[in-house]
Amino acid sequence: MTDWPILSVVTFLPLVGALFILVVRGDDEVSARNARWVALWTTLVTFVVSLLLLPGFDPAAPGFQFVEKKAWLGDIAAYHMGVDGISLPFVILTTFLMPFAILASWESVHKRVKEYMIAFLVLETFMIGTFCALDLVLFYFFFEAGLIPMFLIIGIWGGPRRIYASFKFFLYTLLGSVLMMLAIMAMYWQAGTTDVPQLMAYGFPSGMQTWLWLAFFASFAVKMPMWPVHTWLPDAHVEAPTAGSVILAGIMLKMGGYGFIRYSLPMFPEASHYFAPMMFALSVVAIIYTSLVALVQEDIKKLIAYSSIAHMGFVTMGIFTMNEQGLQGAMFLMISHGFVSGALFLCVGVIYDRMHTREIAAYGGLVKRMPLYATVMMIFTMANIGLPGTSGFVGEFLTMLAAFEVNTWVAFLAATGVILSASYALYLYWRVIFGKLEKDSLKNILDLSPREVTIMVPLVVITILFGVWPAPILDMTSHAVNAVVARTDQVAGAVKTAFLLTF
Amino acid sequence: MYQAIVFLPLAGFLIAALFGRAIGARASEVVTTTFLFIACLFAWITFVSVGFDDHDARVHLFEWMDVGGLKVDWALRIDSLTAVMLIVVTTVSSLVHLYSMGYMHEDPSRQRFFSYLSLFTFAMLMLVTADNLVQLFFGWEGVGLASYLLIGFWYEKPSANAAAMKAFVVNRVGDFGFMLGIFATFVMTGSVAFDQVFAAAPSLVGKTINFLGHHWDAPTVIALLLFVGAMGKSAQLLLHTWLPDAMEGPTPVSALIHAATMVTAGVFMVARMSPIFELSQTALDVVMLIGATTAFFAATIALVQNDIKKVIAYSTCSQLGYMFTAMGAGAYSVGMFHLLTHACFKALLFLCAGSVINAMHHEQDMRHMGGLYKKVPFTYAMMLIGTLAITGFPFTAGYYSKDAIIESAYASHNAFALYGWAMTVLAAALTSFYSWRLVFMTFHGKPHDQHHYDHAHESPLVMTIPLGVLGAGSLIAGFALYNEFVGEGVGEFFRKSIFMGAENHILHAMHQIPELIVLAPTAMMVVGFLIAYWFYVANPRLPVALANALPGLYKFLLNKWYFDELYDALFVKPAMRLGRLLWKQGDGTIIDGFGPDGVSARVLDVTGRVVRLQTGYLYHYAFVMLIGVAALLTWFMFSGV
Repeated sequence: MTDWPILSVVTFLPLVGALFILVVRGDDEVSARNARWVALWTTLVTFVVSLLLLPGFDPAAPGFQFVEKKAWLGDIAAYHMGVDGISLPFVILTTFLMPFAILASWESVHKRVKEYMIAFLVLETFMIGTFCALDLVLFYFFFEAGLIPMFLIIGIWGGPRRIYASFKFFLYTLLGSVLMMLAIMAMYWQAGTTDVPQLMAYGFPSGMQTWLWLAFFASFAVKMPMWPVHTWLPDAHVEAPTAGSVILAGIMLKMGGYGFIRYSLPMFPEASHYFAPMMFALSVVAIIYTSLVALVQEDIKKLIAYSSIAHMGFVTMGIFTMNEQGLQGAMFLMISHGFVSGALFLCVGVIYDRMHTREIAAYGGLVKRMPLYATVMMIFTMANIGLPGTSGFVGEFLTMLAAFEVNTWVAFLAATGVILSASYALYLYWRVIFGKLEKDSLKNILDLSPREVTIMVPLVVITILFGVWPAPILDMTSHAVNAVVARTDQVAGAVKTAFLLTF
Repeated sequence: MYQAIVFLPLAGFLIAALFGRAIGARASEVVTTTFLFIACLFAWITFVSVGFDDHDARVHLFEWMDVGGLKVDWALRIDSLTAVMLIVVTTVSSLVHLYSMGYMHEDPSRQRFFSYLSLFTFAMLMLVTADNLVQLFFGWEGVGLASYLLIGFWYEKPSANAAAMKAFVVNRVGDFGFMLGIFATFVMTGSVAFDQVFAAAPSLVGKTINFLGHHWDAPTVIALLLFVGAMGKSAQLLLHTWLPDAMEGPTPVSALIHAATMVTAGVFMVARMSPIFELSQTALDVVMLIGATTAFFAATIALVQNDIKKVIAYSTCSQLGYMFTAMGAGAYSVGMFHLLTHACFKALLFLCAGSVINAMHHEQDMRHMGGLYKKVPFTYAMMLIGTLAITGFPFTAGYYSKDAIIESAYASHNAFALYGWAMTVLAAALTSFYSWRLVFMTFHGKPHDQHHYDHAHESPLVMTIPLGVLGAGSLIAGFALYNEFVGEGVGEFFRKSIFMGAENHILHAMHQIPELIVLAPTAMMVVGFLIAYWFYVANPRLPVALANALPGLYKFLLNKWYFDELYDALFVKPAMRLGRLLWKQGDGTIIDGFGPDGVSARVLDVTGRVVRLQTGYLYHYAFVMLIGVAALLTWFMFSGV
């Protein structure tokens, strides 16, 4: 079983599907249908293959597993792939969400279906690659390349202001990626390798760590996104097609958090401690600021986008507590937010497909005609505001608990997010779902179709399942997270000793 | 058996929610109600075996979270305190289920209603059987959700939607404190499980916790933070505004959730956490201050309300204040006693009100009622029993529990002992007045709406049976259980489920207070009754004249001390305004203006039309990446790798 390169198979299988679609000729309805089916089957098979990782994975084993290493780009960088408890959940999250993205586009995309499906499959390869790469150059390649299909998805299949949105996205990420590339070059120059496991153990000099940390921060903070570099996200979400939003919120936002845990903490632990207060401040500002902004939104997608930023605030706060509860909570929150926010965007897609508007004011009283939809939406709304018993609670609770251990002010301010999130989420639900069904345009709206029920049911099930029984994810991440905690603690101890010695 | 008590309502909920449409409304009603009655039977068996045969139990279900030092289990903790709550919750819930079969029989979405009721009961049972603070919090939020859904049950009414949201958000303010309390507990004791927390509690004495930059006494901080949660759930002063609005829900919901069970969760939690509260006199002082003030404050508002349910809602708020007064006095069992008796007579009052509303075709304004005693004699009789019980008429349930609270307040060493005593005694007079006012306005005098009056009718049997049962409870619960909750049997009955410090002799002290003090609440009850009789029977023109004579005071009370207006101006509007400001100015003008938009404007100046090409950005991006890769390679080559 360990003989065949399973990670490479998972990573590049979608590309194979994309090639299949590419050779399908013609641009008529038949080829569009074929493209859809090929894409769906490809993503499903990829998901099943990625599940094969689970039985062979030993969460307690140190280091990386399913490692593949081949020469690539001479001595500079190698094709080095592998997963541990931090990256494996993201890999599975990615393969899990992709079929939903394809299904969500089934009837809503009519323009250039072939190209659309190819873009998604290519995107899947890049995203999985990002989480599996164990070489900085390889990581950089996947990390940045993933943006291209996303640009296309927003830019070609997006809404009326798609040009502005993708341009904004471009400006932000450009800044981040250039800095990160410089940092990677500097790291190679210093350590003589771009191999991730070696760099993790390397120990950069303190002064250099500061600059490297900041460079990586620039890239990850934009991706998260953290306040104040978040304004691209609401626009991107609003303009992206439903499936694009699902993937953007579900997976691409997690690349920033993943980057912090995988690179910033173990490679620059001293700098991480040094910058932790700043990260707390930015996280808390993000939580309160974006929650308040979400309160006054008039566009459903924008509201959910702002709520995503607030949740990512909890994630960054949890990560930089650098203790076990904080990191585990951040990991869990990212995974949970992956499918909950994805599900919320799917919910928006459902009514958008019917009414072609995202304006909150255009809705009201949907529960009368769409009781199933109202139920599903209620469950995800509750998960979004972190009701215990849903998966949203575990992560938020753990990150706040961890913050309380480190700094009570941070926990205190972050906990106000609990009040605000209930306000904006229920206010949205009230205006869209409750009330009298008075608008003529809504009088004949239909409840979830069988296809939509198929999409929603698995998401509802895992939202509640992981809410009451989060052990599968927590157990998977626990050892890898502990290794990161141990690494930062060790440095914190050393810094403290050095500090004591100088006096 | 313990699992059955908790999970039968869950099963009922799932059946009614998932298959309600397939099996029909009647089947859903029967299934959920039957399950509840079975659970209720088991609860009574548990009550006897735990309370009197000392069979405490802990049922471990499975692990919830295990992260670092934090271990949270799903487990059922069955001790005397839980057993009391079990019978209260399951009894009232099963009766309300039964009652709703009659009350809701015209409603088209009954299966939804019954599924919510069962969901609520499940969450409430999880709350009272919780073995740790996090599971308690699960139940706490679960009942909040069910309450939200049930208040907004008639979703076409804008007022119902607003009330539902208000209830959830105000409760979240309490939860904010509760969560911080859980964190503080974990930081100080290294656990959230009750057994470990209570074992570590004595060692907290004299310890400090760094909270918000200051070092405070640890037990005080923990207790007060948890109490903020209790204030939200139990609608105490400052966080009470949601409860009256919650009356938008169907009346059986008000009886079950907003009178008998959910709102008492805060009282239960304080009793459960007594090992922590006992360590901090400051916290107990605050509890009594808030409790006594609420008891008085809510009663004043109840004096002038005209909506029959609003009167009872403010009465609930006030009675909850009584319970907290007892908690503040350190007489936890006495507070629990009032919780139990209050559940009986307040559920009875609400269900009677429901019966009246049903008879009057959903008219709730008492000014349109009157003279109903002839039309609905059974309801009238039951309402009388409930009124006697709440006003503390001798030998009814309220007489034992409420008077005990007033006595405990007087006898306690609390800094606000005298204040607490004075407020609760005054509130006793007010209680008597507004309760009798309700009875006189509704059942006596001349009918004010002849049409409705003519069509008024007594409720069907499914509705009157629950009234009868609760009526019996309101009469006998007091003296039947006095010994276990107030008298000599407290220690024997509650054992370790309630902790009272070595210094806490309140249960003895309260039996040794002057005779005059003991008689005060009863005297107040008589005074309240007489004034009500004078105002509403003997001389019905007097209230209007009084209101006209004191318009300021009347307006002040009618508008509930202007709390809603105050909060709207202090929190709701500023939050919205701030949100808009941050969005338009913060995100729009500042961040985007100096960030991407500003940059793009400059770029546009330079590059002109080129950038407008749709795919131009992509090429640019790929181009920049290429340059980057090229630079990287070049640099590697020159650095001689």
